[in-house]
Amino acid sequence: MTILLYDGSFEGLLTSIFEVFEYKFDDAEIISSANYQQKDFFAEIHEVISQKEKADRVLKKLEENLGKEGIRNLLWVYLSERKDLERLILSAVRYSIKNPKENILQDFAHPDIIEISKICKSVGRERHRMTAFVRFEKLQDDVYFSKIEPDFNVLPLILNHFKNRYQDQKWMIFDLKRNYGIFYDLENADFFYPEEHQILQLRNPKNLHHDEEKKYQKLWQRYFFKTNIVERKNIKLHIQWLPKRYWKYLTEKN
Amino acid sequence: MDFARIQEKLEILADAAKYDVSCSSSGGNRKNNGGLGNSHASGICHSYTEDGRCVSLLKILLTNHCIFDCAYCVSRKSNDIKRAAFTVEEVVDLTINFYRRNYIEGLFLSSGIFKDADTTMERLVRVAKKLRTEHRFNGYIHLKSIPGASDELMKEAGLYADRLSINIEIPTEKGLKLLAPDKSHAEMMKPMDFVKNELILYKDERKIFKKVPKFAPAGQSTQMIVGATNETDLKIIKVANHFYQNFNLKRVYYSGYVPVLEDSRLPSIHSQVPMQRENRLYQADWLMRFYGFRADEILENTNPFLDLEVDPKLAWALRNREKFPVNINTAPKELILRVPGIGTKSTGKILMARRFQKLNLEHLQKMGVAVNRAKYFVEFESENIFNRLLDEQNLRKILLSGMKSKFQNPFSQQLSLF
Ligand code: SF4
Repeated sequence: MTILLYDGSFEGLLTSIFEVFEYKFDDAEIISSANYQQKDFFAEIHEVISQKEKADRVLKKLEENLGKEGIRNLLWVYLSERKDLERLILSAVRYSIKNPKENILQDFAHPDIIEISKICKSVGRERHRMTAFVRFEKLQDDVYFSKIEPDFNVLPLILNHFKNRYQDQKWMIFDLKRNYGIFYDLENADFFYPEEHQILQLRNPKNLHHDEEKKYQKLWQRYFFKTNIVERKNIKLHIQWLPKRYWKYLTEKN
Repeated sequence: MDFARIQEKLEILADAAKYDVSCSSSGGNRKNNGGLGNSHASGICHSYTEDGRCVSLLKILLTNHCIFDCAYCVSRKSNDIKRAAFTVEEVVDLTINFYRRNYIEGLFLSSGIFKDADTTMERLVRVAKKLRTEHRFNGYIHLKSIPGASDELMKEAGLYADRLSINIEIPTEKGLKLLAPDKSHAEMMKPMDFVKNELILYKDERKIFKKVPKFAPAGQSTQMIVGATNETDLKIIKVANHFYQNFNLKRVYYSGYVPVLEDSRLPSIHSQVPMQRENRLYQADWLMRFYGFRADEILENTNPFLDLEVDPKLAWALRNREKFPVNINTAPKELILRVPGIGTKSTGKILMARRFQKLNLEHLQKMGVAVNRAKYFVEFESENIFNRLLDEQNLRKILLSGMKSKFQNPFSQQLSLF
């Protein structure tokens, strides 16, 4: 058994997969070094250094076999941050290399493939929810700011949505769980990784609010209250659509 | 800006608009070139009310002043309520500021008829025009057309709005006469017909000139109130079907009547909102739009009401058992779509997966099929013991004991009808 240790990046993962084939490791496990605890004394350790060239070759092969959508699915599995993501992705790649003529991601009767399809469904739902539940607050410097805490690492998946939608305002979305965000400055939308003291500020931006912010929040809250039809109350359905874990970031629920 | 006054208006005019359910933001498709906002075909629900309905648009009336007196409407002339009216600027400002904070996908603007049809319609169009031209707003705009508005105004409305609608409200002409004496079916069909023809015209012109401005790209829709008069479900879905086929409607919405007024022509103020019935009508509507069912397959003249206990697809399957079991590994798509518990997504997965290997019940379960319903109606190469129950009289009972509805409501009178 060989354990491949990589740096936790998607590129590193793809490099690892390349090396599994390159060195013909039949019995291989890929683990991010951050998650590695030495438990198996008999396993051979193989350290992987991320290499763009190797990663690209894997991507190219996958695109031939599975198309862009196939790559997207595997990226989503990676962003799900699941414990066994490396195993699932490696399994799918192996299956695909063996059956290059088929889109093996459509084999929904295969246990790993159906698992991947379920993960993609969850990640897709979370991605969609984050396009819906982001609530921007206008700050003094006219930046529209939002904080989120998604279950999966979906920030990279919502960048384009917000970039297309809000072109004439500066905005920022900050992931509290992973301590990084996106900032759009009217030209580019880029990831940023704030320092410790900045993070504290970002967690509680109330004293940075624009004068009118509170007022529009109030209007929205009153609108939300008034648009409800009491006679049709159905809290079960309400919570099913709007799970409680999101409430603390929703202006209308506070 | 006087926020306190705006807030008061907003409360009144959101409250008055809330009974209109036709406010999804789907079907739009507008790109953003440096301005504010865009709209996608699928639309986004940004929040959900406590009654479980999606909030995707700022849904308000421009005013609840109305010269008409429709019995089912809170804004009607003879109802003694607080009245308010927004200015064009106020609606524009609310829309923009809500949109910038990602509260909404856009605006759904409707209005009481405060003077005559054209004056009212002109004001609605002015809001949309200001949003599009002065604020470069590309979010979704749905305008409710005013019955009797001129063709010129309708045409202008279609240039700025993504969707236009006229609510037919009462499915039968007789019912409408009774409850909305100022309105006529013919007058409501006229703008619908106009929009339909404009849409066809637009498509033709598009073929020749690439740059023809878009006309109501998300099409038109309508709403029917259910349970205010005593029409049957069969009548309702036939009317809906007629709209889909002859007016190219994108959606027909069904709104269970919420008793808001004491009136001898209406159900008592204490009657329950027919939510279960409304839900079944939506299911029937889906069967017509996505599953290839015809209205007269879903309901027959001899029994013109939808079964409240089981969904219409299951009800159809129980009435047509000779069409089952369906072989999952060989049957064509149309038949698989008809199996209770198998939706359009699962159907797609089944068709793909069966190229790789023979499927069994366990596979279906993993794909997300509701096997508690489907298992009696499908067969595989190896024996499926549940098929034996297909001929049983009490299959319906067995099925019912294995299901629970999200709409089960201990206070619903609807359930005790059966
Ligand atoms: S015309 Fe419209 S707003 Fe006026 S009473 Fe009738 S339904 Fe209500």
